[in-house]
Amino acid sequence: MKFGTEIVVLSLFAFAALVAAGFGVEGPFRQHMGVLFFAVAGFTAILLRNTDFKPAAPIDTSAYMDGPIRYGAIATVFWGVVGMLVGVIIALQLAYPHLNIQPWFNFGRLRPLHTSGVVFAFGGNALLCTSLYVVQRTCRARLFGGKLAWFVFWGYQLFIVMAATGYLLGITEAREYAEPEWYVDLWLTIVWVAYLILFLGTILKRKEPHIYVANWFYLSFIVTIAMLHVVNNLSMPASFLGSKSYSAFSGVQDALTQWWYGHNAVGFFLTAGFLGMMYYFVPKQANRPVYSYRLSIVHFWAIIFLYIWAGPHHLHYTALPDWAQTLGMAFSIMLWMPSWGGMINGLMTLSGAWDKLRTDPIIRMMVMAVAFYGMSTFEGPIMSIKTVNSLSHYTDWTIGHVHSGALGWVGMISFGAIYYMVPKLWNRERLYSLRLVTWHFWLATLGIVVYAAVMWVSGIMQGLMWREYDEQGFLVYSFAETVAAMHPFYVMRAIGGAMYLTGALLMAWNVTMTILGHQREEQPMPGSEPALRPAE
Amino acid sequence: MGLMDKHAIIEKNATLLLVGSLLVVTVGGIVEIAPLFYLDNTIEKVEGMRPYSPLELAGRNIYVREGCYLCHSQMIRPFRDEVERYGHYSLAAESMYDHPFQWGSKRTGPDLARVGNRYSNEWHVQHLMDPRSVVPESIMPRYAFLKDAPIEVKDFSTHLVANARVGVPYSDDMIAHANADLMAQADPNADASGVEKRYPKAKVGDLDGNPQQVTEMDALVAYLQMLGTLVDFKTYDDAAGYR
Repeated sequence: MKFGTEIVVLSLFAFAALVAAGFGVEGPFRQHMGVLFFAVAGFTAILLRNTDFKPAAPIDTSAYMDGPIRYGAIATVFWGVVGMLVGVIIALQLAYPHLNIQPWFNFGRLRPLHTSGVVFAFGGNALLCTSLYVVQRTCRARLFGGKLAWFVFWGYQLFIVMAATGYLLGITEAREYAEPEWYVDLWLTIVWVAYLILFLGTILKRKEPHIYVANWFYLSFIVTIAMLHVVNNLSMPASFLGSKSYSAFSGVQDALTQWWYGHNAVGFFLTAGFLGMMYYFVPKQANRPVYSYRLSIVHFWAIIFLYIWAGPHHLHYTALPDWAQTLGMAFSIMLWMPSWGGMINGLMTLSGAWDKLRTDPIIRMMVMAVAFYGMSTFEGPIMSIKTVNSLSHYTDWTIGHVHSGALGWVGMISFGAIYYMVPKLWNRERLYSLRLVTWHFWLATLGIVVYAAVMWVSGIMQGLMWREYDEQGFLVYSFAETVAAMHPFYVMRAIGGAMYLTGALLMAWNVTMTILGHQREEQPMPGSEPALRPAE
Repeated sequence: MGLMDKHAIIEKNATLLLVGSLLVVTVGGIVEIAPLFYLDNTIEKVEGMRPYSPLELAGRNIYVREGCYLCHSQMIRPFRDEVERYGHYSLAAESMYDHPFQWGSKRTGPDLARVGNRYSNEWHVQHLMDPRSVVPESIMPRYAFLKDAPIEVKDFSTHLVANARVGVPYSDDMIAHANADLMAQADPNADASGVEKRYPKAKVGDLDGNPQQVTEMDALVAYLQMLGTLVDFKTYDDAAGYR
């Protein structure tokens, strides 16, 4: 029977959620379990409607398994739009505080929804689907473990839904980028281990002797995130029928554990994983080999070794012992080298194909991504210097830095990969419209420039206002005055974000039309076809 | 056979690649984090630190729940302007019972490490109900719903037990009286002498202007009013605490 086991297991799961919804010790937990019940029960109902007592048609196990990747590509686009929309909303809340709607839609509850939405829902799905796409093609092997890939995909979506609804209900561990509570963390651990088995199993059954460089990055990303996630989320629940848990560590130790995690969520989730993406999709789209094999080896080992040490730069001049701060700063500066190693390897892959920048908006997107990677990994080491950090810390400069990396690097390389994969996954000749990709490119690029520039100005201004003294030796500005001074910048930042979101909406339209099988009739890109020349 | 050729061995063996990268990424964390658990000079020896009273802990949980840490730091850095603006720089000892820490990473609003006793209870309630009524420039959301939300806890002692399990020195006495202390601290008609004995310097009495009910507003104000007040800096010796 089709879906037989799944339906039984999911029904039991839904029943357990219903029991927890009834017996939970506090309101938000009961509501959260109610959400879980409806999510799982709804999914079970869909399976029941599609079940069939006839034996399932045999699966062609020689072909690549692209079903979960197709779903993953759609999920990437969907969550990307949702996460960016929440970002624009909270940006507007900072400019116009009346937009806060208590209690569920206050800034403090929506902000984790935005960060997790873009990092884990958008970025996570992009990593999930591209890694499964890349590992099959570079290993010439079908995904390992039969239906395991479906479990990983749907399990990860359930994690996203539980994390997101939890934030709105006020269920949080207050650890930035690791906010979900203990039971959601446990679920993610199960899904993540399944993902590791799926990925590693596929590599192990490869038909290629070599493991391609993109897979090194994906593999190190998966295994490191497993380590970081487990250690950082160690906590003691107050009750197994309640959401609240208390971190295993306190104060100084807790702070460094959290930023060891937090910085490497950037280093491994948002960097190593996306470098894997770069190493497959840039050479493919440019139709050129990777620039330097030797450089890829050196910068791979250097980057994964050095990144882990950089966490303390989030805690400069705090109560963290000085030796740890200085160590973190030193490694953050060293990190500049392997980061640029990756950037150079990505950019130089275009050697001999630079003319494609004029004609191919997808390669343009990828090149812009790598360029932003280079810029933000240069800015990062600068900001990790203690003297600079004394000004930049606690200000919008940090927010600007994060977004030049997140919008510029992570966003752009993901868009490029999606534009590359979608026509191939659905057997379409080409995208619905390349002109829309060009629009997306310019809206996104200008949006980032506005965003980053505005945050530099507001951040540095804020930092300088906080420390400004007059001739008599008094502080010049009250805190409230510095808040008021931020208003015009917060408005402009929201505009930059809205431009970026508009670009993402164009992508959603373009991808949808491509999947539906439409092709827009349009002029080819100038220069993409040789102009006719009169015979001489 | 050069080094790069030897690397080909790793490129052909997924297990080696997995184990190798896992080993490489563990080093940094072990060297930086592990010593913090046993080096004596990580946390200064100070007088006055105590675990949170049940009501303060409940208030802290509301602070966490509402994501206050996303806009307010609780970590004063040792700079002239910060010390003049917020008070003595924060000590490691002052967050030794914080599970999780709430140092924050962004100051959209001011630092709160020493906000305790700076404003009256009435100011805090008014500010949380409608921030712009007391600070016109404020962009903080309103938290008026806290005043209508009674503290909803079936058995608060489980929260103290969980904290004790991760190292907070809650005594059996404190755990036994957890539920009574939770209510007594903000109930003007109750005998709060036990709270004051077990948790010195705790703010006792009706905190939210509503003596009929112990609300989430009571809890949050109790927490805010104790922040940074436990260590007495008139007697604290900076040189002795210097690390």
